[in-house]
Amino acid sequence: MLAMAWRLLLFATTMTVLTTANATAGGKEVVQTPSIFAPASTPAYLTRELTWIVFVITGTIFLVVAGLTVYAIMRFRRRRGDDGREPPQVYGSLQIELAWTVVPILIVVVLFLVTTRYIFAIEGRPPVPEALEVTIVGHQWWWEIRYPKLGIVTANELHVPVSDPAHPTPTFITLQSADVIHSFWIPQLAGKMDVIPNKTNRIWIDPQKPGGYVGQCAEYCGLQHAGMLLIVAVQSKEDFAKWAAQQRAPARNDAEVQAGRELFSSLSCINCHAVRGTAANGLFGPDLTHLMSRRTIGAGVIQNTPENIRSWIDDPASLKPGALMPAMKLSRDDLDKVTAYLLALR
Amino acid sequence: MSVLADTMASRPGAGARRPLLAVLHDWVVTVDHKRLGVMYVISGLVFLVVAGLEASAIRLQLASSGLHVVPPGTFNRLFTMHGTTMVFLVGIPIVFGFANYLVPLMIGARDLAFPRLNAFGFWAFLFGGLLLYFSVLGGEGLYGGGSAPDVGWFAYAPLTGRAFSPGNSTDYWNLSILVMGFGTVATSINLIVTTLAMRCPGMTLGRLPVYVWMMLVVSGMTVIALPPLSAAQIMLLLDRFLAAHFFDTQAGGSAVMWQHFFWFFGHPEVYILMVPGFAFVSEIIPVFSRKVIFGYPMVVAASMAIGLLSMSVWAHHMFAVGMGAPLNAAFAASTMLIAVPTGIKIFNWVATMYGGRIRFATPMLFACAFIFQFLCAGLTGIMLAVVPFNWQLTDSYFVVAHFHYVLVGSLVFTIFGAIYYWFPKVTGRLLSERVGRWHFWLFVIGFNVTFLPMHWLGMIGMPRRIYTYPADRGWDFWNLVASLGVLFQAAAIAVFLVNIVVSLRRGAPAGDDPWDAWTLEWATTSPPPAYNFDVVPVVSSRRPLWDLKHPDDPDGPHE
Repeated sequence: MLAMAWRLLLFATTMTVLTTANATAGGKEVVQTPSIFAPASTPAYLTRELTWIVFVITGTIFLVVAGLTVYAIMRFRRRRGDDGREPPQVYGSLQIELAWTVVPILIVVVLFLVTTRYIFAIEGRPPVPEALEVTIVGHQWWWEIRYPKLGIVTANELHVPVSDPAHPTPTFITLQSADVIHSFWIPQLAGKMDVIPNKTNRIWIDPQKPGGYVGQCAEYCGLQHAGMLLIVAVQSKEDFAKWAAQQRAPARNDAEVQAGRELFSSLSCINCHAVRGTAANGLFGPDLTHLMSRRTIGAGVIQNTPENIRSWIDDPASLKPGALMPAMKLSRDDLDKVTAYLLALR
Repeated sequence: MSVLADTMASRPGAGARRPLLAVLHDWVVTVDHKRLGVMYVISGLVFLVVAGLEASAIRLQLASSGLHVVPPGTFNRLFTMHGTTMVFLVGIPIVFGFANYLVPLMIGARDLAFPRLNAFGFWAFLFGGLLLYFSVLGGEGLYGGGSAPDVGWFAYAPLTGRAFSPGNSTDYWNLSILVMGFGTVATSINLIVTTLAMRCPGMTLGRLPVYVWMMLVVSGMTVIALPPLSAAQIMLLLDRFLAAHFFDTQAGGSAVMWQHFFWFFGHPEVYILMVPGFAFVSEIIPVFSRKVIFGYPMVVAASMAIGLLSMSVWAHHMFAVGMGAPLNAAFAASTMLIAVPTGIKIFNWVATMYGGRIRFATPMLFACAFIFQFLCAGLTGIMLAVVPFNWQLTDSYFVVAHFHYVLVGSLVFTIFGAIYYWFPKVTGRLLSERVGRWHFWLFVIGFNVTFLPMHWLGMIGMPRRIYTYPADRGWDFWNLVASLGVLFQAAAIAVFLVNIVVSLRRGAPAGDDPWDAWTLEWATTSPPPAYNFDVVPVVSSRRPLWDLKHPDDPDGPHE
């Protein structure tokens, strides 16, 4: 057991170093392993700090108690040639028992005070005027992302500006659910917060390194709980402003996809999807105004490529079983037209 | 007539053969606490195998990223059924089955206080269990919503609402557990009354075996904690059939209220399952260390403290719900506090071993592994009480690892220890020690290989209850390791079942007291007669058989 615990510790340390190295060397790359030991935002930093404190305390307790137990087992095992007599019977000892009651209580008090300090440091932070406000709405099985002050609606890819620790520009996120309980968890940026219907929760992040951070729904929410992924793209302030300006613009209205646009508007697509500036204003599915600016479709389950878009329209369940969008049953020709239209929504 | 005399008599060469139907009839109509106890444990073991097979399918699907062993819907049904089965159909019946069998024997009584109520409790449990599994055939319902339940074992609202769970699979989950709950509460009341009112002469409360004390605490916890779950389930029933909107968020209901109800039951439930494990090892460790339990009053007081505190920790399952900092801090405090009496117990067990002459028979092997694994479980429990750590790791594989260290690494290990320890009393034959050691080592290896890596998987971001995961997450390797551990665990269970079947027929005769133990059940024959004791015993200390064996140095003066 001890050896195993030691190996685990050793392995954890190595992996931590590796993951951290990966995070810094990767620059703007998406870090694919969302380790809590590779934080990039204050709540996650604080949590890692607290984690090490807790590991030291519990690790010490483990070594002491397991050590005593191993000693008792080795030292007092019945040996060959035992005379079969009963050992002295010890019924208890008030002093010893008081000691091992009081010492744990003291440890608990210290641990509780430390914990409380960190709870308030993370949960008690008030919003600042410079903060970016985002509302995230959990759906079966995708994330709706709204920037109320910027007039942007998108899905499954949260863009936020990087925050300089000297002049923090945190992002405050309001979490709501359209159906069942989900949970918002980007391990490198913050601990999770549940997304609960009929209840509004708040969480904040202040990512300090540009790059992509992955996470996914962490509360079982039905058939495609596993297929509810999320990317946070942390951008420099300039890049974020550029992205926001592009997202604010109405949908492109290319003449060469006129046929596709008309077809799209005539189909049931518009009951669920919105394309700003057109008749499509459905709220049930992801906003498609700038669909092609996103890296993935189906809440992260597949890459956003023309072939995947076409297959998705044809039969979403073939790529994501249980997805609530029905197979559109279009003719091959119509499928091409609608696909072409969506590909133009950059 | 002894407990198993009938079945034994029905075997060739063991006296007059009775027709199978008559034997079965005897078991069905029995109100004997020993027979009911045996039936509880056997049903629990059957469900353990079923839940193990479900878990194996889950591990097969997760062995690597992007596998298609089972479809997503089936995977969700598998983990729902696995969790529900392990808690309600394996843990509960086995711990209450043992209590059924042992409590009257240990306190020198001839049966439980209400034998018929006891039979009702067992049959309610078995009916509930069969009803849950009938959902596999019958859950299609009127609306084609699928078969077995798929809402997770804690069935969070509003996923259980009509809108998100059509068909009747959720109703099977709801009704079967409701029925089982009535049975469990009945049995708990029975155990409380028996312990308080039917002790043999001389057995004051201060002389109760530690096992009986702990089961008294467990029964008390059950009577307090289970009815709120039943109430919530009735509310869910009203929601689903009469549009009552308790948990229907679309109509102003509260999803969080279900969580409070559920965990007000759910956390005491963890101790309802775990304290019997403590109770088993509190009997096993002294006997195999040849020493009286160290600090009996403290062990009993710690159990009562756990019983009380367990009612105040439920919302530590809800730190990520957004309760606010003050409530989070309060529940962190109560959760850390419950670690104190729990830690005291570990110290008492180790102090009992200290200075003893430890004999490593199979029950003691399981008890020793339990101490280490429970230590890990307890320490990860303290980590999870540290709220910001919990925000990161709740609903991740770290939590899966934590509670499997509790429920398998601790509870199932102590159950195996208890089966090796009391099997000779129940059947009159010893289980094979050699095969027992194979069982033990295979299970220790398999268990740790499967569940130790899951701590790490959680810390690198893997959430629980996902049927698949992307290949680039770096989760593949440790998932494969975890899945390979299942092979060892499955082999261990197979070895165990073979040991039982073979030893039942050819095991060495046990005699009345094979372990040279000290509590009253070893004073009667193995198996005990239907009336337990020829003469109701009279005791004058906590270890009546020690007094008998050491008239020169009885326990009484030391207590």
